[in-house]
Amino acid sequence: MGRYLVRRILISMITLVAISMVIFTILAMAPGDPLSGFATNPNVPPELRQRLREQMGLEDPVPVQYTRWASQYAQGNWGISYTTRTSASDYVLGRLPVTLKIVGGAYLISILIAIPVGVISAVKQYSWFDNTATTFAFLGFSLPTFFTGIVLIVIFSVQLKWLPFVYDGTVEGFWPNVKQSIMPVTVLALAGAGALTRFVRASMLEVISQDYVRTARAKGLREQVVIVFHAMRNALIPVVTIIALEMPGVVGGAVITEQIFRIPGIGSALVQGIQEKDVPVVMAITFGVAVLVVIFNIIADVLYALLDPRIKYS
Amino acid sequence: MSQQVGLSSQAELPSASPLLSDLAGSPGQARRDLEAARKSRSLWGNAWRQFKRHKLAMAGLVVLTIMIVGTFFGNLVYPRDESFIDWSLTGPMGYGLSPSLEYPFGTDSLGRDILARVLWGGRISIAVGLLAALVAITLGTVIGATAGFLGGFVDSLLMRFTDMFISLPQLPLLLLISFLYRDDIYNFFQKRFGDGNLGIFVLIVLVIAVLNWMSTARLVRAQFLSLKEKEFVEAAKSIGARESTLMFKHILPNVLSPIIVAATLAVGAAIITESSLSFLGLGFPSDVPTWGRLLFDYKDFIQLAPYQSILPGLMIFLTVLSINYVGDGLRDALDPRKAR
Repeated sequence: MGRYLVRRILISMITLVAISMVIFTILAMAPGDPLSGFATNPNVPPELRQRLREQMGLEDPVPVQYTRWASQYAQGNWGISYTTRTSASDYVLGRLPVTLKIVGGAYLISILIAIPVGVISAVKQYSWFDNTATTFAFLGFSLPTFFTGIVLIVIFSVQLKWLPFVYDGTVEGFWPNVKQSIMPVTVLALAGAGALTRFVRASMLEVISQDYVRTARAKGLREQVVIVFHAMRNALIPVVTIIALEMPGVVGGAVITEQIFRIPGIGSALVQGIQEKDVPVVMAITFGVAVLVVIFNIIADVLYALLDPRIKYS
Repeated sequence: MSQQVGLSSQAELPSASPLLSDLAGSPGQARRDLEAARKSRSLWGNAWRQFKRHKLAMAGLVVLTIMIVGTFFGNLVYPRDESFIDWSLTGPMGYGLSPSLEYPFGTDSLGRDILARVLWGGRISIAVGLLAALVAITLGTVIGATAGFLGGFVDSLLMRFTDMFISLPQLPLLLLISFLYRDDIYNFFQKRFGDGNLGIFVLIVLVIAVLNWMSTARLVRAQFLSLKEKEFVEAAKSIGARESTLMFKHILPNVLSPIIVAATLAVGAAIITESSLSFLGLGFPSDVPTWGRLLFDYKDFIQLAPYQSILPGLMIFLTVLSINYVGDGLRDALDPRKAR
């Protein structure tokens, strides 16, 4: 396990370097730069613009720029945001809590829905409960988040006027915060729960037909005991892995939801950063997601080995 | 039926009532019927029989057909120009006219007919979905088949490559590439082919495809790895089949079922991706009213005219839902273990 882990981490580091090169090149090769606004402004003399470009290192060849960025990034210096003029790490990390609250809350809720619903669906396959759950699951992962968001806004903000549809990051107090989080969390939880329920159901169905489950029943154990302690224990192993694997993707999925409800989180910072061509911010977020993907891949593998004694890495 | 009877050597004389001969039927007739039934149960015939039993998948297929026919040929029945700006139709509040008999879904803030825009934009959304899925699945199949068939060094190299793509942050990269390069590509296509929007179309299809081939590659590789050890491949090899023949004529058809299912679901995913991109204002420009772009344009009027954004959103939802049900039906129909 130890040696496997070391090898795994080394490969991941190489992957991450390759990914950062890809992202950096895409950004650096793109036409237009953060100072292009200056170019059309007649009040800014070309000499000043040139000096600024040199100061920011934009005149250097791309590999030089990349090396500078990489060595700074490794030291924890993510650069200065071109637009806010503050440290990119402060800016990005400052936006993290809102995203974590909304996205994390939604993910937690979708897990809490998906596991019991998926298990019951599998145990009572083809019952009315299973059919209803399956329909909802299909609705869940066929509904684009921007459409669910708009429908919720139309119903609860425009028609009923119960909930605010613009998220206000400065609101104080528990209830106002819960109130403005209801719709974004629902949108994300609905999308997440659909696919996860299907996965739990499939995994559970596979386990239920196994011999050892029949043995447990033959021993005269109560059905609940068989399902909860014998079947579920094994069926949830791949589910835990999927939950870990999907974690970083959820952050990406928040981009659209944050845009709909104007939540000042990571996702909206990314969209703004892209529009302003704010390289340090975009780099920090995009590469940050890549780092999360790689880390959670390793976590998923380790969890799998810890939970399933049949799996041994060498 | 009567023709078959007439052709048969041991046929009875044609009876007066065709119905009676049907009911009676000679032993030879029964045998031929059985043969005919057996013959008709080819792989695809079987799959189709199985598929028809999946009610929701059939419903999905019907809705999907309506969507495709409606968006591609709808303007024959509803011939109104989707881009015609009419300032007399912007309504008293400026957000457009409410739905009426003449304008079933109203007009927008520039007086354009919303139904015509939804119909026209739908074909772009669906075309992007189909093409992006096609490119992604082809890419994934070729890479997966090569890795699985050749094995060894090529396999590990291609799989490292696949792993790297899996770790790429998809949505951020999609937004990034689309935003940074679309103006240049637009101008390039405008100059070269006289149609800049074609460039945006190509860019979006390619970017979605390039970020979505990995799961297919893994699936195809795993199947190739196990299939290439099977006896029928051995047999084909022993009669001197070439490598490419082995790969594409002998092994690939056996992997086709999961590829078809993956391709179907990929179409739905690609439609959602394109819509998301356009919804963020980073996809198509406003003169190409894809469903996502319409949502982006109309969401500003959500308080005054919510129906404007509901219609294109509903179209995306219905299309993707039908595709997912069709995919589910295909999965059941093409899985021999589920044959009833």
